[in-house]
Amino acid sequence: MGFLDEVKEELSFFGGFKLTFEHLTRPRVTRQYPEEKKPKQPRQHGRHVLNRYEDGMEKCIGCELCAGVCPADCIYVRGLDNPPDHPVSPGERYGYVYEINYLRCIHCDLCVEACPTEAITESKLFEFSFTNRADAIYTKNELLVGDDGRPKQMPWEDWRPGDDLMTSGWMRATSPSGNADYEGEVQWSGELGYGVRAPEGGQSGRRDDEATGTKALRDVLEAHLLDEDIPFEHRGMRGRLWRAQKSAARNRRKLEALRERRKDLKATRSAAGGGKA
Amino acid sequence: MSALVAVVGPLAGLVQHDPLYGHGVGWFVWVVDVIKVLVAFGVLLVSVMLMIWFERKLISDMQSRIGPNRAGPWGLLQTMADGVKLFFKEDLQPEQSDRFVFKLAPYLSLVPALLIFTVVPVGGIVSLAGHRFELQVADPPIGILLVLAMSSIAVYGVMLAGWSSGSKYPLLGSVRASAQMISYEAALGITVVTVVLITGSLSTRAIVQSQGTGVWDWNVIRLGVVPFVLFFMAITAELTRPPFDLTEAESELVGGFHTEYSSLRFALFFLAEFMNVITMSAVVVTLFFGGPDGPVPHLPSFSIWFPVVWFVGKVMVFLFTYVWLRAALPRLRYDQLMNLGWKFLIPISLGWLLLVAGFVVDGWWGLGIAVAAVSLSGLLGRAFVVGRGRDEERARRPVGPGAGGGDQVTSGVRPGLLPGGAVDEGSSH
Repeated sequence: MGFLDEVKEELSFFGGFKLTFEHLTRPRVTRQYPEEKKPKQPRQHGRHVLNRYEDGMEKCIGCELCAGVCPADCIYVRGLDNPPDHPVSPGERYGYVYEINYLRCIHCDLCVEACPTEAITESKLFEFSFTNRADAIYTKNELLVGDDGRPKQMPWEDWRPGDDLMTSGWMRATSPSGNADYEGEVQWSGELGYGVRAPEGGQSGRRDDEATGTKALRDVLEAHLLDEDIPFEHRGMRGRLWRAQKSAARNRRKLEALRERRKDLKATRSAAGGGKA
Repeated sequence: MSALVAVVGPLAGLVQHDPLYGHGVGWFVWVVDVIKVLVAFGVLLVSVMLMIWFERKLISDMQSRIGPNRAGPWGLLQTMADGVKLFFKEDLQPEQSDRFVFKLAPYLSLVPALLIFTVVPVGGIVSLAGHRFELQVADPPIGILLVLAMSSIAVYGVMLAGWSSGSKYPLLGSVRASAQMISYEAALGITVVTVVLITGSLSTRAIVQSQGTGVWDWNVIRLGVVPFVLFFMAITAELTRPPFDLTEAESELVGGFHTEYSSLRFALFFLAEFMNVITMSAVVVTLFFGGPDGPVPHLPSFSIWFPVVWFVGKVMVFLFTYVWLRAALPRLRYDQLMNLGWKFLIPISLGWLLLVAGFVVDGWWGLGIAVAAVSLSGLLGRAFVVGRGRDEERARRPVGPGAGGGDQVTSGVRPGLLPGGAVDEGSSH
């Protein structure tokens, strides 16, 4: 080791100053949580919802498989024969009582996998801290999605409008029985308010990020990684440009989706209003 | 303090610098003094509040965080909120503590922090209603000695706080703190002496005025950069700021000397710590960066306020630097700290003092001393290199009889650094 190398090693002491100074210009990683929320993980397990078909029929057939498979023993179901003149579900029976005790639930999603009709799924809603035991037990009425296909918001639940999007049956059936050959194939029925959901990304690379809004963790964190940890074409000014383009495209898509949704809402509302008048 | 001086002013010729006392002590002098004291007190407290906010905000920027942003606009009132919270907390006193000293200690660290600021010249000379006075709370002829004295008294605050808590971690923290402060005070004092030597006065106003003729006359350049660097390191250690914050090493000593303090007394320590950061930055600016000196536009009102802006700007640079140091550097180990203080800062500051003294006497003297210093340090450095080489050789040698090959003791030596034994010792370096 020559003298120059030694000097260089001594000067590496100042690398920390450079790094911390550079961080002044980098984007912040902190989110202003209650106001600004991170996009949730594609398969986040939140509170359950009971889904309905597009015609408004309930998907639950009261088979109690979910209650049987539940390792925490938190689900209580009682089925009843459908009334012949006013059937609740398309099958023979329907879930007459459906209760989930969230003091016991471990959000393992086994009930979702057991369900033969995709009636019960987990939404991504997690802000439902209750303050008494009665609230902890969600009844069928509370779990069942509303007439617009969205989960009902209980008084103690603290999620904002928009958090309930991307939250239903499509989540579970990505790769039926774990077989990667079926990945990306739609294997599930439509839902009230949403129709048939787009397939979600997975292991085989046939993922539709545009439709699902999925974003790889690496892309999210890239701005905060060291230069040598990110691909060459994503470094420096070129990388900045690339990120800006990507985020602009993403925002455009989001805006379009929002507009579409608003238009739909307006249409349904005006249709409903016209019906009343 | 200034008011006190004003009383004895006419008796002793202590205050000849400030033109305010030139014509006796009337009611106007009293009013000006009281206002100066109150303004300095208020400004210092508010700036401490802002400093704490600034530090938290800047360090979170450097760590890609957001920092305080809930209380007030941009979180500006966060410190106020914390202060109010501390104010309403229970004031605990350990049963084993020495009550009186325990209560005294926070004030022993707060009061010096306040007093140091009194001798710092904030601006130039201002005239108001026919009276001229300095923008400085007090200008005693021993100004810089007061700074040294007060920073020594602050050590008592730390030491007594740890000792009177009657608890082991505060005691260990305070022992560390006082050892650290005392060892760095030597280097601090010696570098101050170089400044005093070139100025010929202990008065802070005189020090600032002697640098007032342009950037090239600032002490940082006039004395060579070395005394400034040494002084800056020494006060960083004196302030127990990172990377010298061993006294508050959270991972080792819980909270250091103020572990047992709570409520308002803890707030006082906190306040004193940050106030010290501000006052010491102001002292650095005064000693080495010309204080309020800087180019001023030739407009009547500007000539009063522009120097203040220069002063504040320079202090801000140092406050930023302190936060930057905290963000960038890991904490030193205790032996590293002591090595740096005793083996590096003190010898170099002594040598530089000798050099400056030589140049003050005569250019040839200075040159002679410089040559002597260079050759001596060359010899010393060579001795170190040879000594280190011997140590390395000894470390590489097999231990014990018959322990050839196999297990070698290589403490402190990277294997493969030197090709073969003692051969390298003379050739490289």
